[in-house]
Amino acid sequence: MDFSLGTERELLANSLGRYLADKFGSEARLKALASPEGWSREAYDGLVELGAVGAMFTEEAGGYGGSAFDIAVVFGEIGRGLAMGPFLGTLMAGKVLEAAGETAVIEEVVGGEKLLTFAHEPAQGPDGRAAEPVRAEKAGDGYKLTGAKGVVSFADEADLFVVMAGSGTELSTFLVKAGAPGLTVQSYPVVDGGKAGEVVFKDTPAALIGEEAKAAQIVDQAVAAGLVALAWEGYAIMQVLRDKTVEYLRERKQFGIPIGKFQALQHRMGTMALEVEQAHSAAINAAVGLEEGGNAALRAASAAKVTLGKNGSLLAEEAIQMHGGIGMTWEFAVSHYAKRLIMIGHELGDEDYHLQRFIDLGKEEAA
Amino acid sequence: MDLKFSPEDQAFREEVRAFLKEKLPQRLSDKVRKGQHLSKADMEEWHAILHERGWLAPHWPVEHGGTDWSVMQRFIFETEIAMAHAPRVVPFGVSMLGPVLLKYGSEEQKNHWLPRILDGSDWWCQGYSEPGAGSDLASLKTKAVREGDHYIVNGQKTWTTLGQHANMIFCLVRTNSEGKKQEGISFLLIDMNTPGVELRPIKLLDGDYEVNEVFFTDVKVPVENLVGEENKGWTYAKYLLTYERTNIAGVGASMAAFKVLKEAASMQFRNGKPLIEDPRFAARLAQLEIDLENMKTTNLRVLDAAGHGKAPGAESSMLKIRGTEIRQEISDLMRRAAGSYARPFIEASFEEGYNGEPVGPAFAGPVASDYFNYRKLSIFGGSNEVQREIITKSMLGL
Ligand SMILES: Cc1cc2nc3c(=O)[nH]c(=O)nc-3n(C[C@H](O)[C@H](O)[C@H](O)COP(=O)(O)OP(=O)(O)OC[C@H]3O[C@@H](n4cnc5c(N)ncnc54)[C@H](O)[C@@H]3O)c2cc1C
Repeated sequence: MDFSLGTERELLANSLGRYLADKFGSEARLKALASPEGWSREAYDGLVELGAVGAMFTEEAGGYGGSAFDIAVVFGEIGRGLAMGPFLGTLMAGKVLEAAGETAVIEEVVGGEKLLTFAHEPAQGPDGRAAEPVRAEKAGDGYKLTGAKGVVSFADEADLFVVMAGSGTELSTFLVKAGAPGLTVQSYPVVDGGKAGEVVFKDTPAALIGEEAKAAQIVDQAVAAGLVALAWEGYAIMQVLRDKTVEYLRERKQFGIPIGKFQALQHRMGTMALEVEQAHSAAINAAVGLEEGGNAALRAASAAKVTLGKNGSLLAEEAIQMHGGIGMTWEFAVSHYAKRLIMIGHELGDEDYHLQRFIDLGKEEAA
Repeated sequence: MDLKFSPEDQAFREEVRAFLKEKLPQRLSDKVRKGQHLSKADMEEWHAILHERGWLAPHWPVEHGGTDWSVMQRFIFETEIAMAHAPRVVPFGVSMLGPVLLKYGSEEQKNHWLPRILDGSDWWCQGYSEPGAGSDLASLKTKAVREGDHYIVNGQKTWTTLGQHANMIFCLVRTNSEGKKQEGISFLLIDMNTPGVELRPIKLLDGDYEVNEVFFTDVKVPVENLVGEENKGWTYAKYLLTYERTNIAGVGASMAAFKVLKEAASMQFRNGKPLIEDPRFAARLAQLEIDLENMKTTNLRVLDAAGHGKAPGAESSMLKIRGTEIRQEISDLMRRAAGSYARPFIEASFEEGYNGEPVGPAFAGPVASDYFNYRKLSIFGGSNEVQREIITKSMLGL
């Protein structure tokens, strides 16, 4: 049994954490949010330079890490520092490229020359129905894509998209370049900071990644890696909220005593601390599962997302509540951590979805 | 025991519906339904429409421009206007200061201030909380010192909702620093245009601007703006808070919001099926509906007791707790219903007349902002923790 991350990973964590704290503290982040771009490319580039993206991928694929615990370290710091950038999309898209041995593309992303994102979720119209899956047609040597994807992270800023096409077990993945003919992006800010967009393809030229109609399992594992990332990001945010709340309970006085003296709050603080530890364990389980691969990866990833959904909401809501009015303000960091934590619940499926998936995967395992 | 509407109640409901159909501007109900921001002018417009009909302050006595409605009628009115997506009546004048003046104000004060609330001459805001005095409101420090026929006020209030629209603020001020802290508080009406009053906005987590800090530096307030007796303000303040709490419970607003939630869940597709058919989501919706039905009856029971002259005490705390929990749960399910589309944050779409390309399901635009904004419901009006204390104190007597 060994729960340590290893010195190298700790060094990486320290350097990412220090960079974010020094260069991208609370105030700098608020400034970036208020800027016309709505995020900080500079902070993103700085993190890439320190190896945040390289650590996500194996050496053979053009990175210098690639294990689940490398991902854990990177996303833990992203959570702690509330970094904005296409990290999650880059990870999942990169994992698809990695599986197909597309090292040249990964190298460009690791080197910071290109921004990569993942277009996987069908767009939804005002009537609440999902758009048809993106359709791929052969055209000469390559393919053309038609269809729409929704809430694609950093769609407008990305240079490259990995796009999921087809449906069910017949999935294929394609690489599309920004500015390709027939590609349109409607960009907007997101509640938790950063950007996303609706992406429409109309006979858009695309290059097949790997084999046609054989991408389902690869995408599943890429999304599982994404869930591991969110589990560690979420866990780090929960730690921050726990610590900030403890600090506030000590320092805020009402009725002449610190509010932490009120047992009504003490017990809830105790529950928060417990649930943070459970979320930590779920994140570890998910990372171990990802290393194992196959069904184990998917099931542990879903388990982590269920835990993250439930415990994350609890931490976010309790942290705001125990801070009173101050917890509701824009200037005070607690609200931004809470917003990101809640919005993690809106990425890659919510806890209800993953609870069902956990049940279904369990049946598959038993069968 | 009979919870059915009498024929008179039915007729009354029809009357309210007819009024709403004729008088509630579509423009306003559209904005409310879409969760768009209401401007000061929007709120004033709706107040004026209600006032014209004599329905702006139904809970006031008839001689001051109120009504003689029964408890049931008031409940019907509240739910019908909420279900029609009418703007909420701004509570500070009508539902907070009004009842205090009616009970504790002088005849002169009633005759001067009450009509001005109704006709919109004054927009009131509430100056209770201070940076150091939140849950422990009685520890407030803003000081008023009598000098001749004026008070000189110094100090700071905070979290003042819609203070940016207000010209008047009712304040709790300290007039005596000795003895029990509750016994040195007075209730003072302050004109915000007096020299020395300064307002600073506070941005909330949803990016919106609805609360403020208010600073007082040597502000001169005429003594006739003291309500009731000096150092008796705590009694009036607490009386006001029971009204505030019942108002925050917002059963009518929850009924309207629940309907919107159900529509959203019927329309939204998840994994190829309407979300409302998802067993987990359906279970949460059903639980919410059960809680809301129970709450409706609890609310009517409290109103009924109040109608028979029993002042609401712990009951108003119960309404506040469960009412706000229900409203928060509705906003929680709304955001969950939107899935990934809870994340887009298109601020321009919260304003009237936005005609940008729609993003995602039609209901999704404001759901995340509403969810975060509604965290306030369990904090203000006395936090839900404090309400639980009030309830148990009234029972334990320890
Ligand atoms: C959006 C918004 C609008 C508002 N509008 C107004 C307004 O218009 N006018 C106005 O005067 N005020 C307004 N308020 C202020 C509101 O009434 C206070 O925020 C509230 O009373 C809580 O005070 P606080 O924020 O200082 O929190 P604190 O009192 O510091 O409380 C922090 C936490 O400690 C808990 N706590 C405190 N004491 C105890 C105890 N004895 N036992 C257990 N738990 C306890 C609280 O419940 C809370 O969870 C508004 C607040 C918000 C957020």
